[in-house]
Amino acid sequence: MAPRLKIAIVEKDEDRARLIVDGLSAAGDYEITVLGDQTTITRRLAQLDPDVVLIDIANPSRDSLEMLSIASGAKDRPVAMFVDRSDDETTRAAIEAGLSAYVVDGLAPARIKPVMDAAIARFNMVSQMKSELEAVKSALAERKIVDRAKGLLMQARGISEDEAYTLLRKTAMDQGRKVAEVAQALVTAAELLK
Amino acid sequence: MSLTPIRCGFVPLVDCAPLAVAREMGFAAEEGLELILEKQPSWSALRDALVLGLSDCAHMLSPVPVAMSLGLGGLPARIDALMVLSVNGNVIGVSPEVAARMRADGWSGAFRDPAGTGQHLIRATEGSLRIGVPFPFSMHAELLHHWLGTLGLSSPGALDVRTVPPPLMPDALARGEIDAFCVGEPWGSYAVEQGTGELILPGAAIWAFAPEKVLAARHDWIEENPETVGRLMRALARAARWLSDRDNRAMAGDLLSKSGYLGIPSMIIDRALAGRIITATRGLEAVAPNFLHFHAKAANFPWRSQAGWIADSIARRLDLDRAEAVETGKACFRSDLYRRNLAPLGIDMPGASEKLEGAMEHETAVASTRGHMILGPDRFFDGTIFDPSAP
Repeated sequence: MAPRLKIAIVEKDEDRARLIVDGLSAAGDYEITVLGDQTTITRRLAQLDPDVVLIDIANPSRDSLEMLSIASGAKDRPVAMFVDRSDDETTRAAIEAGLSAYVVDGLAPARIKPVMDAAIARFNMVSQMKSELEAVKSALAERKIVDRAKGLLMQARGISEDEAYTLLRKTAMDQGRKVAEVAQALVTAAELLK
Repeated sequence: MSLTPIRCGFVPLVDCAPLAVAREMGFAAEEGLELILEKQPSWSALRDALVLGLSDCAHMLSPVPVAMSLGLGGLPARIDALMVLSVNGNVIGVSPEVAARMRADGWSGAFRDPAGTGQHLIRATEGSLRIGVPFPFSMHAELLHHWLGTLGLSSPGALDVRTVPPPLMPDALARGEIDAFCVGEPWGSYAVEQGTGELILPGAAIWAFAPEKVLAARHDWIEENPETVGRLMRALARAARWLSDRDNRAMAGDLLSKSGYLGIPSMIIDRALAGRIITATRGLEAVAPNFLHFHAKAANFPWRSQAGWIADSIARRLDLDRAEAVETGKACFRSDLYRRNLAPLGIDMPGASEKLEGAMEHETAVASTRGHMILGPDRFFDGTIFDPSAP
């Protein structure tokens, strides 16, 4: 029987890493290591000598992994991006999920496929979590700016909070813009006039 | 008229300016293009998007198309360089501790003394020097190997050139993972502002005319879209010419400081644009001639000999067949398309597409189609001359 595949996951967020590890463990019997520290990645990967490295496409540390593709000694195993360039569907699904996978040369596609499928599924969940978080963050930022604009209007025109909001909303509707955009413009203008 | 969308990957650096200007100042739209600029988190992500067809073209490190054509890297493919987007612009820095050791050893602090500064750097790190670069295939890496190799340090062994993403360089310096770094602006000035680094040498002091970023695209896409390629190149050539006008510098700095591009104060960006570099946190301004070119001295012309030098340098280090590598490398710098697509703009074209790299000590008038081309200086600090026909 072939030895267990060694998989390294580069991810500093513990919750996301756990999600990916759980997904892979459910898919097969793998030796999985999570690398959370960004600056020592290359050294740790050289020690680990994994068969597959999984990393978020948006992680700037990806460029450090590029060194792995240059085999500098006879013992080194060059790695390439993705499993198999002929398998466009998997490649595309991986990119859409925000996953880049580095795989050592000469590994049978049949052994890689279940790893990729499980990883893609989990990275999809991770991207969804991330975009939800960003949506919450931007909603919070928008509310802050609208609150500041309301405050400016209340002070300048001596009107109530409700009236201030109605005024912002009406202006936004008249101009075909979002309330937050009008609020931002007002806050910027007020800062300039200070 | 509806505009043809062109997706172009870029990394937020000062030298993405021609792309930003082509879009924001309307040069792309005048050519009938909607230039959609896609900010990428890393050079590998930019490369993947280009190879897999998610982008049409990209702002690429000049050695990357050469390396990819040689079958090197994580995702080899046939990628061509249509034109050079910028020449020079890199800077080498060290941690304040290493700078202090160099000073204690008698280093003058001069910003443009490659031989002297190099010797002090080697001594200060006791002959085992680790330097961070943004990508293994980069002008940064090639310049370091040339500079320190000439001074007696060679890789592997004494010189360890490592890939560290620029945002992580300060951390890597602080932990002692690297002794020095070579980066493009604004990262050098940023390190100075943060007090994490001191700048010791501009890349231009190693090679006075090093192609830094190119406009890259898939070979097949170029063949299939000759007309769009022409329009794209003309838009960028006009953006480059606009950038070379001193009067436009302040506006370029403001434009790049926007959050969609670099998102940092224009006062830091202006240093690279003006070639006036502040080298240390409490330091004076150093004037660095030839710090960064976007257009002057035929900067946009993709000299086949530049690609030849890059290929030769990579081949020597990785022990590949040098003559074969040089031929492959030369073919991916498309001086043929540059001539065909930009001659109608009235841009002066050199008489040849290859030259001796490093032969011009000073500005030199050369044969050209319109007869007023000034090139150079392009010398290497050690006087090396690269002959592309006999590497």
